[in-house]
Amino acid sequence: MNPDIHFNSRMYPDTNGHFGPYGGRYVAETLMPALIELEAAYKQFLPDPEFQKALNILLKNYTGRPTPIFFAERLSRSIGGASIYLKREDLTHTGAHKINNTLGQTLLAKWMRKKKVIAETGAGQHGVATATTAALFGMECKIFMGVEDIQRQAPNVKRMELLGAEVVPVASGTGTLKDAMNEAMRYWVSAIRDTFYVIGSVAGPHPYPVMVREFQKIIGEESKIQIQELAGRLPDLLVACVGGGSNAMGLFFPFIEDQSVQMLGVEAAGTGIETGKHAATLNAGSVGVLHGSKSYVLQDENGQITEAHSISAGLDYPGVGPEHSLLKDINRVQYAAVTDQQALEAFSALCRLEGIIPALESSHALAAAMFEAKNRSKDDIILINLSGRGDKDLGIVGPLL
Amino acid sequence: MNRLKNSFETLKQNNDKALVGFVTAGDPDIETSLKIVTAMCENGMDILELGVPFSDPSADGPVIQRSSSRALKHDVSLKTVMDMIRKIRKITSIPIIIFSYYNPIMAYGIENFQPDAIAAGADGVLVVDLPLEESPELTSLWNQTDFSLINLVAPTTPKERMAKIASASSGFLYLVSKTGVTGSDGLDTSEIETQMNILRSVTDLPVCVGFGISTAEDVATVASMADGVVIGSAFERLIEENINSPELVSIIVQQTAEYKAATKQN
Ligand SMILES: Cc1ncc(COP(=O)(O)O)c(C=O)c1O
Repeated sequence: MNPDIHFNSRMYPDTNGHFGPYGGRYVAETLMPALIELEAAYKQFLPDPEFQKALNILLKNYTGRPTPIFFAERLSRSIGGASIYLKREDLTHTGAHKINNTLGQTLLAKWMRKKKVIAETGAGQHGVATATTAALFGMECKIFMGVEDIQRQAPNVKRMELLGAEVVPVASGTGTLKDAMNEAMRYWVSAIRDTFYVIGSVAGPHPYPVMVREFQKIIGEESKIQIQELAGRLPDLLVACVGGGSNAMGLFFPFIEDQSVQMLGVEAAGTGIETGKHAATLNAGSVGVLHGSKSYVLQDENGQITEAHSISAGLDYPGVGPEHSLLKDINRVQYAAVTDQQALEAFSALCRLEGIIPALESSHALAAAMFEAKNRSKDDIILINLSGRGDKDLGIVGPLL
Repeated sequence: MNRLKNSFETLKQNNDKALVGFVTAGDPDIETSLKIVTAMCENGMDILELGVPFSDPSADGPVIQRSSSRALKHDVSLKTVMDMIRKIRKITSIPIIIFSYYNPIMAYGIENFQPDAIAAGADGVLVVDLPLEESPELTSLWNQTDFSLINLVAPTTPKERMAKIASASSGFLYLVSKTGVTGSDGLDTSEIETQMNILRSVTDLPVCVGFGISTAEDVATVASMADGVVIGSAFERLIEENINSPELVSIIVQQTAEYKAATKQN
């Protein structure tokens, strides 16, 4: 595909949920009627002023929005390049951007009169956010989580349980996020009539990628106003980490048609792309179908999905949202990859220089942004989506730093 | 020659229904899998559904998930499955349907898939995660031939959608007996009857019913309502339970014959 800077973001997705050649609904027939029902409900309720009002009140009074943008002056000075600003999603209730989406989807579930919600989780942030909003609305909640992730994100398992959710361990496959998502889909098929599946990223079958983006775009909408107030103009570069891609789509989307704004999505390079142990789907994957949509995936030559690797459970996913695949192909967004080690160094830097403990996921964005900042002038503005806080990662980081 | 059409016509003349057997190709290994399939073909199975193993079988229950993992240990790919079909075709004239998730087909190459499948001796394909809306990207590449696209119809599928699915299908329709993954327990016969009545009002295609059918009594009940009965997890469970037994093939033979006896209508 040709680079097309005049890309009109409102043209996508089409009526069947395709972002160019990506997206769609690649699921068993049993799920199709549920997805069609969900799409109809989403189209009916989202524009409803009553729904919007209810959601906005919660985003403000429950979640703590708008989250601020902070000028990371000491970090910027230590690098000696561009000025780095942080969009503080780590300050939301539950400590990551995930709650923007779960609040929206759980409210939608309520309006659809569903009694139960289920979700998959990797880092546990989406699971915690779903357990939180389920508690808020008095709904029954089951969270599917890989056994591997249950180990490395133990504090979040405890949090979900305290919030009244049942955490269902998933041992099949690699025992990580992709398997949790398989298991959630299996459970959903059997409980489809009264259960709403809250997907945690801009992945999965239509309408999830567009719906999750719509619930997350508040990050970019707020940022656009705030950065102009703070710095007097739009940023030169936006940087966000990409697991499934929801915090990145949330920040990027409102800027897509602002041609002066460059965008950088940052994937996890694990121990290095060349080692094969990574989660850099857009950088090193190929087109396939996983979890209901067509997008880049990590796979072998026979179409078997391969295991992803990252120090950060939230980025440890062999797929990516379909809209990112399109944005990559048309060159509107650049995608880089950052190793475990580089992310850890950035993590440390932010702790020491700014007194902010970032999530390991967000540390990937930070590392790439710090690298970019080096080669730019002080007048350049880089805005990073600090998607979450790092308390959950202390068990992993502790022994390494 | 359309093997599927012939098969359903012959069964009808004999007042019989189709026994459709599903096994994952290459489970527990390629050689044993070929022996199992051959034995099933020779002992009353009317239609073979040969499953392509996939790393992420999100529509399957634990039994078929494990069968997929076992086959993947032997690197069974769609290419392997094509080779197996070539061998099976030499010993049987029953219809062979490839049963796959879409990603292995994409990786194989959607352009080559149909010509290669026909050349190997397959009669059709069922792509679990390729619903009505997405299937033209595969089928629009197909030549006008007797190669069938088998589609799933679920208890949640509304009538108008059933009609659309039926008109995009050929060979037969696969009615999923319940909202669940493969291998879920318990059969809801009144639900099947309701769905069958709706389906009969929108299509003349034969209808085979699957998911959760495991006993000969289940087979007899479903056979009285539909044109065929699909057994998958029950065969896979037998393979798993007898994986190291020298009797494995003869156990499968016995079970196939028992199921077959139950499809006959009198
Ligand atoms: C803090 C944080 N950032 C980022 C991610 C990655 O998800 P996404 O790419 O959808 O934003 C996660 C996922 O768990 C997360 O917890």
